[in-house]
Amino acid sequence: MKAIRAAEGLLTLSQQDELVDLPNYPLSASEDEGDSDGERKHEKLLEAINSLDGKNRYKLAERSEASLKVSEFNVSSEGSGEKLILADLLEPVKTSSSLATVKKQLNRVKSKKTLELPLNKEEVERIHREVAFNKTSQTLSKWDPIVLKNRQAEQLVFPLEKEQSAFVPIEHVFSGWKARTPLEHEIFNLLHKNKQPVTDPLLTPMEKASLKAMSLEEAKMRRAELQRARALQSYYEARARREKKIKSKKYHKIVKKGKAKKALKEFEQLRNINPTAALEELEKIEKARMMERMSLKHQNSGKWAKSKAIMAKYDLEARQAMQEQLAKNKELTQKLQVVSESEEEGNTEEEETLVPDVVNEVQMDANGPNPWMLRSCNPDAKEEEKPMDSEHLPEPVAHQFSESEEDERPVAEEETLLKEFEERRALRKRSEFSQDAEPMGSRETQDSSSQEVLSEVRALAQRLNKGNLQSRKQRVTSTGTVLQVQREEPAPEEEEPLLLQRPERVQTLEKLEKLGKEECSQKKELPRPILQREWTERNPNNQPDASKGKKKEQMINLQNLLTTKTPSVKSLEVPTIEELEDEEAKVQKQMIKEAFAGDDVIRDFLKEKREAVEANKPKDVDLTLPGWGEWGGLGLKPSAKKRRRFLIKAPEGPPRKDKNLPNVIINEKRNIHAAAHQVRVLPYPFTHHQQFERTIQTPIGSTWNTQRAFQKLTTPKVVTKPGHIIKPIKAEDVGYRSSSRSDISVIQSNQKRLSGHHKKQLKKSSTD
Amino acid sequence: METAPRPGRNVPPKKDKLQAKRKKPRRYWEEETAPTSAGASPGPPLKKKRNGEVRLQKPKNTRSSKKSRISKKPQVPKKPRERKKPEPQRSLSGAQDPFPGPAPVPVEVARKFCRIDKSIKLPRSKSKTRSKLEVAEAEEEETSVKAARSELLLAEEPGFLEGEDGEDTAKIRQADIVEAVDIASAAKHFDLNLRQFGPYRLNYSRTGRHLALGGRRGHVAALDWVTKKLMCEINVMEAVQDIRFLHSEVLLAVAQNRWLHIYDNQGIELHCVRRCDRVTRLEFLPYHFLLATASETGFLTYLDVSVGKIVAALNARAGRLSVMAQNPYNAVIHLGHSNGTVSLWSPAVKEPLAKILCHRGGVRAIAVDSTGTYMATSGLDHQLKIFDLRGTFQPLSARTLPQGAGHLAFSQRGLLAAGMGDVINIWAGQGKASSPSLEQAYLTHRLSGHVHGLQFCPFEDVLGVGHSGGITSMLVPGAAEPNFDALESNPYRSQKQRQEWEVKALLEKVPAELICLDPRALAEVDVISLEQEKKERIERLGYDPEAKVPFQPKPKQKGRSSTASLVKRKRKVMDKEHRDQVRQSIQQQKQKQEKAKPKGSRPSALDRFVR
Repeated sequence: MKAIRAAEGLLTLSQQDELVDLPNYPLSASEDEGDSDGERKHEKLLEAINSLDGKNRYKLAERSEASLKVSEFNVSSEGSGEKLILADLLEPVKTSSSLATVKKQLNRVKSKKTLELPLNKEEVERIHREVAFNKTSQTLSKWDPIVLKNRQAEQLVFPLEKEQSAFVPIEHVFSGWKARTPLEHEIFNLLHKNKQPVTDPLLTPMEKASLKAMSLEEAKMRRAELQRARALQSYYEARARREKKIKSKKYHKIVKKGKAKKALKEFEQLRNINPTAALEELEKIEKARMMERMSLKHQNSGKWAKSKAIMAKYDLEARQAMQEQLAKNKELTQKLQVVSESEEEGNTEEEETLVPDVVNEVQMDANGPNPWMLRSCNPDAKEEEKPMDSEHLPEPVAHQFSESEEDERPVAEEETLLKEFEERRALRKRSEFSQDAEPMGSRETQDSSSQEVLSEVRALAQRLNKGNLQSRKQRVTSTGTVLQVQREEPAPEEEEPLLLQRPERVQTLEKLEKLGKEECSQKKELPRPILQREWTERNPNNQPDASKGKKKEQMINLQNLLTTKTPSVKSLEVPTIEELEDEEAKVQKQMIKEAFAGDDVIRDFLKEKREAVEANKPKDVDLTLPGWGEWGGLGLKPSAKKRRRFLIKAPEGPPRKDKNLPNVIINEKRNIHAAAHQVRVLPYPFTHHQQFERTIQTPIGSTWNTQRAFQKLTTPKVVTKPGHIIKPIKAEDVGYRSSSRSDISVIQSNQKRLSGHHKKQLKKSSTD
Repeated sequence: METAPRPGRNVPPKKDKLQAKRKKPRRYWEEETAPTSAGASPGPPLKKKRNGEVRLQKPKNTRSSKKSRISKKPQVPKKPRERKKPEPQRSLSGAQDPFPGPAPVPVEVARKFCRIDKSIKLPRSKSKTRSKLEVAEAEEEETSVKAARSELLLAEEPGFLEGEDGEDTAKIRQADIVEAVDIASAAKHFDLNLRQFGPYRLNYSRTGRHLALGGRRGHVAALDWVTKKLMCEINVMEAVQDIRFLHSEVLLAVAQNRWLHIYDNQGIELHCVRRCDRVTRLEFLPYHFLLATASETGFLTYLDVSVGKIVAALNARAGRLSVMAQNPYNAVIHLGHSNGTVSLWSPAVKEPLAKILCHRGGVRAIAVDSTGTYMATSGLDHQLKIFDLRGTFQPLSARTLPQGAGHLAFSQRGLLAAGMGDVINIWAGQGKASSPSLEQAYLTHRLSGHVHGLQFCPFEDVLGVGHSGGITSMLVPGAAEPNFDALESNPYRSQKQRQEWEVKALLEKVPAELICLDPRALAEVDVISLEQEKKERIERLGYDPEAKVPFQPKPKQKGRSSTASLVKRKRKVMDKEHRDQVRQSIQQQKQKQEKAKPKGSRPSALDRFVR
């Protein structure tokens, strides 16, 4: 078809050409006209054939002959198919020098613009100023670090003359040095004997070179490796991005399926190779099952599922999809039967013994080993059993403890048991904190399962307790029963920590808090045996005493304090006289008692203390004017209301230091003489007195410090050399090269300092 | 005064210098001909066992001789050498330093020297302040590390007495100890039989070299008790109540029946201080050059011995004063009274700094340990109590004695000696800073007469007891500080050194008014006067120069800086502040109400009629 069309096109073209050509060449009449005509036609034909591939089909015909229309004003660019640019015309001109001036003129014309109005003076000045400021601030800002450094420096030494340390290789120092003393001779002899390198101890040049080569190779290898890794990473990233963008559901489904298959295969393999790892894997699957069971993801409750359910009546596909989902749910929730039958049975049996009866009744029909997972099915039943539950529950728990221990005793030792108890305690705590948190972890061993059950029981009990206020009392009683039960039973010794912990749990939150506070305060204060004893007595649940106790804690009984029960250990090697004097001592005691019968030391002291406290209290100011606004006179007092109104209460001072110390009176008056020696003004950068105190807390005297430390602490801030002029700081002093000139000068000065020998070394190193 | 351990100065410097002048310095490669000079150790080593293990202070270098005899004390190396990362630090020979860097310092030792309490949280500080604080903290750390490093120079170890398993050390008699120890130490145990001039009071000089004794019937003597050289012996022909050395062994204060007299070491009377009359007890505060006297008339008088002026005369208003002790940590004087209280005094304050009710009966004796942490008191109620002096003044332990203790003394390392009748009991604690446990006596000793004066000798494991039969110097292993600070109190100082020290001590004299309960409080800012000054300044200026500048909204661009918006922004900030204030005040009110509620009962309707 195409060929035919092309041929037709050709024909028409040739005809057109003829038509076009006719007016063009009316005057050209020659012998070879026909020839040339034939040639042209041939060319056209070739062109047409060439253009068959569809590229140059519409190319304009090129003019090969000079036309009449040529003029210098109207230059057409018909043939080239492009726009005509001035530069194109000028290009050939370039070579000829005569036209350069013209070109220049043209350029000038092009670049010339109209002059703008000059800015007014103020603005100009402002700009100047800005520029100048920027410049100077830039030049000055380089001093900032130096200024800061000098301000923070521990010591400044003036004049600031930094010795330019000329780096001289150690070999050259050594070349001029010779062993003189016999000791040195001996040392060098030894060194030479052992062929130790004397001058350059580190490495020979060969070794150095080899090391370098090695390092380069390694570096290259490393670089290549890194490059490869980077490239791979980018590939992977790109691929992942691409795959992520794919929106096809089908594709994703396939991918997922493939993954699942792969996982299954791997699991099979793992089971053959490494059973334990497979078990772990199985656990994961189990976990997924649990998640599924909890989340109800694939049950027909989702948005999508609901919509499908509506559609299912009419749409076969939707029905299928729904069924698929249900199947998936079934598959996911199905229990994997991996553990051998016998073990399972044993497990369940044990469970029956471990778990309270209430639970077991429910559990009978369920195939899962965890009865607590099912409690959501019959909440009503639970509710009914609530009161009974709270009383009932702890007993089995206690029961269970003993049982589990009995089971494990032959195998486990005391230590392991203890550890377990600790674990249990931790579990309980966790359950207390997050009661709603579901136990997610699958049960690995039998006893861990029992632990979980335990924690569940506890969480449940607590939830119940929270439900109603009365339960608090119940809880106490229930725990009380537990305690009783446990005491009645011949509890093993290992249970002790748990037993001890019980009463603490009984206490309400407030009490716990208070307990904590009490303990804190006790810790703060120095050992006070009596108080502690009292507290321990008060400690086991006696709630009515709590409020009183708080008041009491302030004042320790002075009587107790003074008549402490001292250890009546008669370890003292009592001298014989005293034993003889036993009766005498009694008599003496009697005498003392008689002598001091009248004065009660403690009461006197307390009275004195009260007086001291009163005397030290800030006094209120009474501004009432008797008789103002009411009747006045002898025997008439201003009313209480008025007195209250005009009484200016003094602000309460800070609490006395001896507030809680019954046997002490501490004088609160300031020592004015000592205060005169104290600092009373905060120095500059400090805003709070504590900050400043911290800086002056360390003594700097030589009495408290070693000699070195003392010298360091008392170094003067500024050291000047006597007889030297202190010149202002220069850029060179701190290592800056402010200008090129100074730069040169620095180098020159350096050169001066270096000896000829060193110069050579420098050159050498530079060439190296 | 605070006395921190000053390591690195325990070697008598002058001696070494003299040696260096005479001899050519010995090098380590030269053969060790003579053992190191034993001059630095106060007592030559002694170790012989009969009933128990007896060790007085002994230099370290002799330890290797009989290692098996040394008790089971865990020998922890003082500086565990931890190897830091083996850096290839090459020396000239190519050999590597096996222990590069400075020697590591154990953290606990360094912590001992730290003074800054970092547990106190500071308010937020500006960067400038923070940098200063950092510098201070770094300095502190550096100095503490240096001090800890120089602990290595504390070469002496304290002695101790340890019974064989189950053996009670209290059953070891002085004779046994004397038999077990070396001759030099055995010479430190002696009895002076002076029955003629009644019960004796005694006092050791601060270096522990000299002993002064004063008999009730006027016998006053001073002697170099180590060499047993008598310096002077006089009879003042008057009852002697107490005797005490002043800052050096040259001067001697004697409280006689009527007035206070000061003698020199030749027995020449230098002064008679008539303003201190009927003095019963004397205490000398060495850093303040104060002689504190407690008199029968109930006055506590401080006498500045450097200028001879009475600094303060305080009326204790508690009758006869006969029990006195000083707290070596803060130079506070403790007085015991007949009403069972102990009062703490400073010359700067007219009233007692604190009053502690210690006993039901009168207080018979007080002693304060060298760190100023514990105070032991004994009363007429036959009790011996140990109080904590760090702010709380609570009894830590107590014990009833069959016959109350009439005299108490703490040793430098915290041993407590009590004299009861003619028996001396000594209790020991664990370590230096712990209180002595009163459960079991460490040592007991019976004397030939009733105890009248007790003092542990500084830097020697010796307890001096003055009694009615004379003076007994008994050995108490582990009583004294084994390492002495030669610049502070050097037992071996020459006369020249003593003169030098005297001048320095006088230059460093602490003013009397600086005595207070917590000497560290002097390093704090006087907050009250600071605030007072601030208030005055505000009053003077009429405004608070440090007050917060009221909020001024910043101008914003793009037309958002209209006056209305500026005002709005200002208002916003103001309102926020106001709200915060209101919230705070409400909270305060609530708190107040909560406080007030439990106090009063329900308001009654009839309250309005109360006038």
